[in-house]
Amino acid sequence: MTKVSMTINGKEMSGEVEGRTLLVDFLRQNLGLTGTHVGCDTSQCGCCVVHVDGRSVKACTMLAVQANGSKVTTIEGLAAADGALHPVQAAFREHHGLQCGFCTPGMIMSAVDLLQHNANPTEHEVREWLEGNICRCTGYHNIVKAILAAAESMRGGVAHAAE
Amino acid sequence: MVANGIGARALRKEDQRFITGKGRYTDDINQHGQAFAVFVRSPHAHAKLVAVDKASVAGMPGVLAVLDGTDVAADGLGNLICGWLVKSKDGSPMKMGAHPLLAQGKVRYVGDRVAVVIAETYAQARDAAEALAVDYAELPATVALADAHGSSTLVHDEVENNLIFDWELGDKAAVDAAMASAAHVTRIDLVNNRLVPNAMEPRAAIGSYDSGLDQFTCYVTSQNPHVHRLVMSAFIQIAPEHKLRVIGPDVGGGFGSKIFIYGEECVVTWASKKVGGRPVKWVAERSESFLSDAHGRDHISHAELAIDAEGNTTALRVNTKANIGAYMSTFSSCVPTYLYGTLLAGQYKTPAIYCDVQAYYTNTAPVDAYRGAGRPEASFLLETLYEQAAKEIGKDPAEFRRQNFIPKDAFPYQTPVALIYDVGDYATTLDRALELADYAGFKARKAEAEKRGMRRGIGISCYIEACGIAPSAVVGSLGAGVGLWESAKVRFSHTGKVQVMTGTHSHGQGHETTFSQLVADKLGIPYEDIEVIHGDTEKTPVGMGTYGSRSLAVGGEAIAKSCDKLIAKGKKIAAHLLEASEADIEFKDGQFTVAGTDRAKAMGEVVFAAYVPHNYPADLEPGMEEGAFFDPPNFTFPAGTYVCEVEVDPETGVVRIERLVAVDDFGNVINPNIVEGQVHGGLTQGIGQALLESAIYDGAGQLLTGSYMDYAMPRADDVPSFEVETAAGTACTSNSMGVKGCGEAGAIGSPPAVINAIIDAIGVRVEMPATPQRVWAAMQGLALAAE
Repeated sequence: MTKVSMTINGKEMSGEVEGRTLLVDFLRQNLGLTGTHVGCDTSQCGCCVVHVDGRSVKACTMLAVQANGSKVTTIEGLAAADGALHPVQAAFREHHGLQCGFCTPGMIMSAVDLLQHNANPTEHEVREWLEGNICRCTGYHNIVKAILAAAESMRGGVAHAAE
Repeated sequence: MVANGIGARALRKEDQRFITGKGRYTDDINQHGQAFAVFVRSPHAHAKLVAVDKASVAGMPGVLAVLDGTDVAADGLGNLICGWLVKSKDGSPMKMGAHPLLAQGKVRYVGDRVAVVIAETYAQARDAAEALAVDYAELPATVALADAHGSSTLVHDEVENNLIFDWELGDKAAVDAAMASAAHVTRIDLVNNRLVPNAMEPRAAIGSYDSGLDQFTCYVTSQNPHVHRLVMSAFIQIAPEHKLRVIGPDVGGGFGSKIFIYGEECVVTWASKKVGGRPVKWVAERSESFLSDAHGRDHISHAELAIDAEGNTTALRVNTKANIGAYMSTFSSCVPTYLYGTLLAGQYKTPAIYCDVQAYYTNTAPVDAYRGAGRPEASFLLETLYEQAAKEIGKDPAEFRRQNFIPKDAFPYQTPVALIYDVGDYATTLDRALELADYAGFKARKAEAEKRGMRRGIGISCYIEACGIAPSAVVGSLGAGVGLWESAKVRFSHTGKVQVMTGTHSHGQGHETTFSQLVADKLGIPYEDIEVIHGDTEKTPVGMGTYGSRSLAVGGEAIAKSCDKLIAKGKKIAAHLLEASEADIEFKDGQFTVAGTDRAKAMGEVVFAAYVPHNYPADLEPGMEEGAFFDPPNFTFPAGTYVCEVEVDPETGVVRIERLVAVDDFGNVINPNIVEGQVHGGLTQGIGQALLESAIYDGAGQLLTGSYMDYAMPRADDVPSFEVETAAGTACTSNSMGVKGCGEAGAIGSPPAVINAIIDAIGVRVEMPATPQRVWAAMQGLALAAE
């Protein structure tokens, strides 16, 4: 067993892990952060996307020991301390960008990273970026709509009202 | 009018927890003392199970128990069941082989459950499961549906020719006569490709046993916890029903695959008692889900459509072979029969229809209901057949359909295949879809595409489906082992807040929102004051669950009836408080008013009087809590027209969907956001079937498409933004709300629209999934070798 320490959602956290323990299992099993989900075993579905040192990472594709010393943000740490939602979270609700909710944490974390890099994406760019996140419920229609609306709102524009 | 009542685009109550990572799915639940289960599965499609050598893992770290079929047999547990009986043409009942929790003597598909290993940690359970020595004697396998009949290899020794049933529906003689005198007969042969449902949350279960209460509890990814409890008690006999609690917490998608009662949840529940009552958790890996979730579709069909000289369809004849897989799953027999043959009238007035269906065992995973369940297969057959027929007789496909529609004034309409459609207006949805899709402008777009070297095509699909499963008397006469009513309770608290308890169970459909809107509207109370409780057999009245687009049309009506009872009781209380006659009390917008006066009592005052009954009618029980059951008089019949426009690159065979217009008649709509979202998701699953998805076994019965690396799920850049409209609805007559159901329509209507568009573009037939390789080969006139 190896001791790992990282800053997760702004708090110092540590734990004992096996060499084979994945970051997602460390988050879910050791720390009880079950908002990060596991939807596949081939790093395809993106349900487990978190941010490691500011970049989106599939937490099933990284060992916990590889994240040692890193700054990790999970879906639980995305909203402000007072509970105010991140604009991407708010847009997913406003535009019905989720149904069963299982892919949602990964979708949101992935979308937040997109908008960090590209504040004004086209619909095509959003769809290409989401290549690594699978949703079986929404047909992506309202996810794309939500991300475009969040981008506009984060740029200071008026968010699209729900139809 | 209350805010967020019927028809409002209310934002979902569920979303706060899901967007902040606070959802609670089965795998998120961890209990004190929890142990972990890993299933050992057959690597062979067909083999004798010679021995499971439990001693091979006896000393491994953390191992608590290894159980196999001999343990299941020793404890006298029952087999998994198929709840729908189907009779063959000769009147004989379907031939069902045993479906044990863990294999007994033989394994029948790759992934068949052989044993379970329970250990202190997941890693230890997995290590031991990999180390467990199992001795198999391999047998030849029957894998392909086309090979099942007459195969020298029987999946179940007692089922001759692997033929489970040979079922028929309709008037064969009338069809034969009409075919003989037809001016034209269009013939088609097609395959409805096998799919894997792929809810994003893999199946999971946690069983536990409390010796103090002598009570079992099972958390499970279930669309219908009460049905799980019923089967696990009455048939598997793990515990009597009152000693088994089944909880479906948040469920991450289902699409049918979480209706069924599988061996895994039964085994972990039973096994927990064997490890001292400790909770035993099992969570499927995705590759395990591919192997062991019930798959969908998998039909081979031949169809013939007779047409007279004026272009009227006069008869339809269909023969279908359906793959059931290695065992009969819970609903498997009804999918290619009662949910398929009965839908073959479509939107059309064809007077004579006959179909027969042969269902076969093969050495593949069980096949059962998957979004649409039988209706996509019927719709694909009919709508590609009509498209081809129109082209053969030189008519515009839209006009050919319109000519043969059941006219608006012909409802209620008795079809030649058992169902009675209550309402419909097919020409209106067709007209609106053609208008939205600019059907008239297609030729110009096609010509423009040709200049760029692209082939452009347009395809139509006019689907119908039957929802609101199910009127008990109707399905009972068809062979269902159960009635498919629904129930509800609506309970006021002292302070006027409301709990709604339903036997249905959301797995993404937003019931907490839709049912709150319904109750807010009925009782005139704030949407925020309503809580919907579901998914726990200890907290909810007995119900049949969520599938077949039934939750609102059947479960919602039970809630509406409960509300009506509360209003009726409230009138008695209000009459007493207002010293008026009960007959003079009117209820509207949360107020009980003496007719023609301004004397009124608010709902809250009436509720308080019911719980603090100091001044109260002498002959009335206190309290404001009512329940109701609802057994619908008929199915509901959503219908619509989908128009798809594609461009095909002739150099590569790549198909791009340029537009997809969906106009649906769902009757009245409670929350348009949720309904449109259901259509978007269904359309994408249908596009997945048409262009991308296919479960492929090799000749030895190994699943080649066993992960997301190999099975092509639709991704965001595979689909366009959709144009979806649910206007112009005809209100359903089988429930007081006039609703029909919307959960499956997209997946039913879209595959034929997409395929018809591709055929229109390239001029030759292509099977699903229309991959670039298949499209390109079809354009070259090449037959593909086995893929």
